[in-house]
Amino acid sequence: MAIVDYGAGNLASVVKALKHLGRQCTVTNDPDIVGQATKWIIPGVGNFKATAPLANGQLSHTLRNGVSAGKPLLGICLGLQWMFEGSAEAPELSGLGAFPGRCERFSDRVKSPHVGWNSLAIAGPSRLLAGIPSGTYVYFTHSYRAPVCAETVATCRYEAPFTAVAERSNLFGVQFHPEKSGDVGMQILENFCAL
Amino acid sequence: MPCETLAKRIIACLDVNEGRVVKGIQFEQLRDAGDPAELAVAHSAAGADEIVLLDITATAESRNTLLDTVRRTANQLFIPFVVGGGIRSLEDAAAVLDCGADKVALNSAAIAKPEVISRVAERYGSQAVVVAIDARQHTPMSWEVYVWGGRKPTGIDAQQWAIQAEQLGAGEILLTAMDRDGTQTGFDCALTRTIATSVRIPVIASGGAGQPQHFVEVFQEGAADAALAASVFHFGLKSVEAIKQMLREAGIPVRLAC
Repeated sequence: MAIVDYGAGNLASVVKALKHLGRQCTVTNDPDIVGQATKWIIPGVGNFKATAPLANGQLSHTLRNGVSAGKPLLGICLGLQWMFEGSAEAPELSGLGAFPGRCERFSDRVKSPHVGWNSLAIAGPSRLLAGIPSGTYVYFTHSYRAPVCAETVATCRYEAPFTAVAERSNLFGVQFHPEKSGDVGMQILENFCAL
Repeated sequence: MPCETLAKRIIACLDVNEGRVVKGIQFEQLRDAGDPAELAVAHSAAGADEIVLLDITATAESRNTLLDTVRRTANQLFIPFVVGGGIRSLEDAAAVLDCGADKVALNSAAIAKPEVISRVAERYGSQAVVVAIDARQHTPMSWEVYVWGGRKPTGIDAQQWAIQAEQLGAGEILLTAMDRDGTQTGFDCALTRTIATSVRIPVIASGGAGQPQHFVEVFQEGAADAALAASVFHFGLKSVEAIKQMLREAGIPVRLAC
């Protein structure tokens, strides 16, 4: 399993969580090593601009090929947003486009970032959320929200419903931080590792 | 429209001196009650939503001890983890974040050099930056910022400073009412409401927690987004649960353990 290091934020907490689960992983930005991994996690916090290395070049090419070939991928937070078509935060960059629509900023009517524990409304069958009941609380911290789409398997409500979890075949994205969501988050990471 | 499902957070604060948690602790079931990593994990298991570790010595000699403590705690803790005390520069913040903290709390240094807020926010994102404000009542509806652990007045108005901190890139405000700190007579709801309604970032209320009812008050009257306490949680592992139960009965959204 490779944790793709494209220079956005704290990857250490994801590594620690996987280690706690007894799972091996490599943190890398080397397209060759990424290509050899059997599964990918794309974490990340911060500005959508940070996804630039995923939009162009060899790393992008490797990821897109792997996704077409059915390699399991889990995007976390900014990683989930990157799996959509793009974000209003950096309109010049293209996302992976695995899920339709563009991420938009929360309006001024609510405090932003959306920080804290909020609940999941599970909307459909999900391999990633196996064993997780609807209403479960997980930890979020983000200022942009992904739209609800056909691939949305769980929503969260802040101002309006947004995609908390999206899933299509071997592609999974979570807006919250499973590595910071206690036992529930560990279960979700384990579900991905066990695929 | 306010969000009806975002939980109000209950945050446990560990005051650490030379690598040991200080203040009265009655976690008898723990092998080593003064160990920050062990206490942080115990608080997490008991239902705390977040852990704040405050280095209250923060002398040059204690920095390495602190970093070791942060690393050991972060390795075992899988909920949000904030570290504060003696963080004076981007380099200090980076050291703590690289050891596994999710956020840093900036206090005196942010007053002395406000650009530190922006520098940390630019490098790590606003979600990693908590600006801690220690305030004392100045007039009936104004509060003054104090630094140096609440010993030195700055002449700066707390409300104005909170607004400025947000503009500089703070992701949250940790607001301590110095007049209430340690009294266990309840949070300063007037102060909390004044700040919480002046900024568009979450405000964590601190200072004065003594009973579960105080938490209900600070969320309902103080408009706080989260509430922090140290000593109240050291009375036993049951207290976080008791607080959340009372909040839920009052109709306030909380995360209850599964």
